[in-house]
Amino acid sequence: MTSRTIKVDQLARVEGEGALKLIARDGVVQLTEFNIFEPPRFFEAFLRDRMYSEAPDITARICGICPVAYQMSAVHAMENALGVVVDGPLRELRRLIYCGEWIESHTLHVYMLHAPDFLGYEGAIEMARDHADIVRRGLDLKRVGNSIIALLGGREIHPINVRVGGFYRTPRKRELEALGENLKRARDRALATVRWTAGFDFPDVDRDYEFVALRGDGEYPFSDGRIASSRGLDIAAAEYDEHFEEMQVEHSTALHARIKARGAFLTGPLARYALNSASLSPLAREAAQEAGLGTVCANPFRSIIVRAVEVLYACDEALRIIDHYEEPERPAIDLEPRAGTGFAATEAPRGMLYHRYQLNADGKIADARIVPPTSQNQPSIEEDLKTFANAWLDLPDDDLRHRCEQTIRNHDPCISCATHFLRLEIDRGG
Amino acid sequence: MADRARKRRCVVLCIGNPQRGDDAAGRAVARALRAFLDEDEIIEEEGEATRVLARLEGADAAFIVDACASGASPGEIQRFDIGAGPLPQTAFSASTHGFGLAEALELARALGALPPHCVVYAIEGAAFDVGATLSPAVATAVDIVAVRLRAEILGG
Repeated sequence: MTSRTIKVDQLARVEGEGALKLIARDGVVQLTEFNIFEPPRFFEAFLRDRMYSEAPDITARICGICPVAYQMSAVHAMENALGVVVDGPLRELRRLIYCGEWIESHTLHVYMLHAPDFLGYEGAIEMARDHADIVRRGLDLKRVGNSIIALLGGREIHPINVRVGGFYRTPRKRELEALGENLKRARDRALATVRWTAGFDFPDVDRDYEFVALRGDGEYPFSDGRIASSRGLDIAAAEYDEHFEEMQVEHSTALHARIKARGAFLTGPLARYALNSASLSPLAREAAQEAGLGTVCANPFRSIIVRAVEVLYACDEALRIIDHYEEPERPAIDLEPRAGTGFAATEAPRGMLYHRYQLNADGKIADARIVPPTSQNQPSIEEDLKTFANAWLDLPDDDLRHRCEQTIRNHDPCISCATHFLRLEIDRGG
Repeated sequence: MADRARKRRCVVLCIGNPQRGDDAAGRAVARALRAFLDEDEIIEEEGEATRVLARLEGADAAFIVDACASGASPGEIQRFDIGAGPLPQTAFSASTHGFGLAEALELARALGALPPHCVVYAIEGAAFDVGATLSPAVATAVDIVAVRLRAEILGG
């Protein structure tokens, strides 16, 4: 029996702390474990006995990269529990702040974390020495995303202007118009990003994923729509717990999610694109076609192109919202506490984010459940490794390790959200 | 204004999380410096790399203050001339995406955006607990760094 052991103590360019174990015997991968050893963070317990109105600010603290997603899932779930729907300009402003988050988070991942894999650099700093103009383009693009969040959220990281029912303060039309010129330049940079990433060299692989994402009603989804899958699932957020389950696994402090009937599934850009590509803006759709994506992309290495397309869409959508913006009469709608349970799923940059809250009659939170995208994607990430690594077992240790790391980075996992470093241990059996 | 525009642009970037004990050392230096420096030059940041990069843009001189965890004694002050070489990464890698101050400065260098004069003052922290105040040794170091920075910036 031939076997080999490789250990990597830290996986770079991912969000959070974790490890990977890969065991191979006689040239066949036997086991892959994506270990998350970041301590549990107990946010669901922190929320108990706090007022419903505190959830957006508490949950925003789960992630410094995608706080808007946590705020949006929280406010939608609370509004669901309180029996109100926020519409009109306030809904548009929520889509706009989500555009900001997709732009900044995706651009960070595309340029600083993922692109070095394809261009053969150790990281963004090494890449910047040879491609300064490209890295500057990425930084400029990211900055525009941050500026949207700063304007609507009060600050760039952990925004403080989002509330259940709307916002504390809504922007004046002229404030949004000031973003417009920067966004037009950002849209050009986003289009250049799609073309740049489309030119990378990708492994010719596909996976038979069950894609899970919100399906918008003719609209590329941020916060609204039914939870759909490529294998026929079509449910309201309130039905999530009936169809999905989370399980503890020994090797991870983050729970693993699965579809009860079928097992692993994938959320994130590939899933959103597969279920909603027809709803992209014409410019984003055209760029996706030009990049060769088709209507479904099942090659996780090509997710970098899909992220770039989503950044282009977010720039386009932000411009549309700004062009049509009418200042709302009030920054938020009135709410009356009541007992009830509320559910919501929204689309964080790296995947679907589910929140459920049970409220007491006085508006205090009796119970909270939060299922972050990385928990949902962990089993699929392990299956990616198991599927792809077989073809790489003949590679030298450093190359094999790099391929495995890249396979994980394809899904931009946010380990901090899910429960922070990744250690990689490859055991080839001898 | 014209005089001001021609003036050598100097930024003092004070980094830290005010809610995390000694991590707030940089922010405390900012408060101490405001007593004797132009308010516009003093910038407080939590340390996200791309924001640090943006703050350095166009500066002729940058003085950066941050807490660090290098294993030295609490309150120990280290001064690094970034023009002479990179910051030791292990002491400053507090960022969740692997992009901390050390990486931000190296990215600036790679992009040709590192200010011609760039100095980092690092204050060794003792504890970084949520909600904690500065430990006594770090609070003392904050005052010393403020005085040293004033002398370095004003040439006094």
